[in-house]
Amino acid sequence: MARGLREVLRSGEFVVTSEIGPPKGSDVSKMTHHIEMLKDKIHALNVTDNQSSVMRYPSLGGAILIKERGGEPILQMTCRDRNRLALQGDLLFAYSRGIRNVLCLTGDAVPVGDHKTAKSVFDLDSTQLLRAIRVLESGKDMGGNTIEGKVEFCAGAIVTPEARPLEPQLMKFEKKVECGAEFFQTQAIYDMDNFRRFMEYARRFPVKILAGIVLLTSAKMAKYMTENVPGIFVPQTLIDELANAPKGQALKKGIEIAARMVRAIKEEGLCAGVHIMAIGREEVVPEILQAAGIGFNGQKASDAGT
Amino acid sequence: MIRSITRQKPLAEVLELLGEMERVFIIGCGTCTTMAHTGGQAEVLAMKQKLVETRKVVTGFMVIPVACDNLTEEALQQNLPAMKESQGLLILTCAFGVQTINRFLDFPVIPALDTLFIGKEIGPGLFEEVCIQCGECILGETGGICPVTSCHKGLLNGPCGGTNNGKCEIDRNKDCAWTLIYERLQKQGRLSAMRKFQPAKNYQVEPKPGKTLFELERSGN
Repeated sequence: MARGLREVLRSGEFVVTSEIGPPKGSDVSKMTHHIEMLKDKIHALNVTDNQSSVMRYPSLGGAILIKERGGEPILQMTCRDRNRLALQGDLLFAYSRGIRNVLCLTGDAVPVGDHKTAKSVFDLDSTQLLRAIRVLESGKDMGGNTIEGKVEFCAGAIVTPEARPLEPQLMKFEKKVECGAEFFQTQAIYDMDNFRRFMEYARRFPVKILAGIVLLTSAKMAKYMTENVPGIFVPQTLIDELANAPKGQALKKGIEIAARMVRAIKEEGLCAGVHIMAIGREEVVPEILQAAGIGFNGQKASDAGT
Repeated sequence: MIRSITRQKPLAEVLELLGEMERVFIIGCGTCTTMAHTGGQAEVLAMKQKLVETRKVVTGFMVIPVACDNLTEEALQQNLPAMKESQGLLILTCAFGVQTINRFLDFPVIPALDTLFIGKEIGPGLFEEVCIQCGECILGETGGICPVTSCHKGLLNGPCGGTNNGKCEIDRNKDCAWTLIYERLQKQGRLSAMRKFQPAKNYQVEPKPGKTLFELERSGN
């Protein structure tokens, strides 16, 4: 059985989390394969919640699959699709099925997804969802009614260190801390100097920061991300590095870049750990870990004898 | 002045709504839809032309000064004979106008416009939503800019991660409300207002459908 994320975060070890995206459909075989492949190589595994507003198998279902296979799930919950009744109900259900970690997100906007005419909810925002978790833990629901049985969660949130302008994001980060966030997984970072500056600020708060590492698979993808994805900045040197990779070797180069960043963050002790996102390429996460010198349960490969 | 902002339905949809009605009376409005060029005199005449081209008979038309006003009842009475010759009213007003007309007459009503939002014209042909009438005004803490209306997600506690150099993730032509709020509060030295946690909003201040009776204060106080 995996150790609880809160325990790992408090242990001072270099924490490694990753994520899986549920399938479009009811066939969970590929997701289950990814779970089996990753669950013992990292400390905890996120399950995305209708990511990019695309309707998929639910994050709650994915989190239960991880739990059933002895892994440590982090349930991602967005505020886009459920009101406060549904969110609280799902938290009760998640707890009853052994899920102890929740990542609270606002959620992408409906029009960016594949059900563009749907009604978006946003009854709560990410800060209010964090607060709702702490309220449930006190034995009451948001309506002030007593609930039967306790709940307890290690609650986290996200932060975007490359957002422009940055200050409003940092103000929201502080609100999330105030509302009970214990850990943060950042949006993808690629510029280490910018991240160092962010950590100089973030270190003042009693929370654990896991640096977001998103695998770059080609120069084209890197360029697209830096030009189009909010809060992502890919330095030109990395784009060039990918562009100069021999034909057919861009993915390998991307793995190398991700591993280099993980290694640098760990060796510098910049933050508590990393959150590796290999969107659609979950199968290469073990390669990133190996190349970064991270073995079983966050120890060095050599220590774990692998 | 605040306006009802409308857009014309595609002609094909209008014709489908009219169905087998062959004789139609057309109504426009002299206020919001005139300003938006969706249902003024010119648009009513253009609609008449289009219907004639599709072999409909237009029994008459009129442009009511303010379709949502109670005086509409009188205006409608003057055109009753031509309306009675029709099988339905094709209405180029906002939905308030359609419902006002529907209250005073018992003819089938067919809207030719979609009502988008309540807003104002901020430039030629450019309209912006200003208030969704949520019943719990937050403007005092947001630099006079409404995030409930102007943020796509209606967020109360600051920007989401989709904000991008002052623009919204759903449309590069839309401003991020929270960037505007931040800039305004910063200018006023009031950023502390943005640091205040806003609890979950009351979305039932006036449960839908809105209907409220105010007690009138007695005069002489």
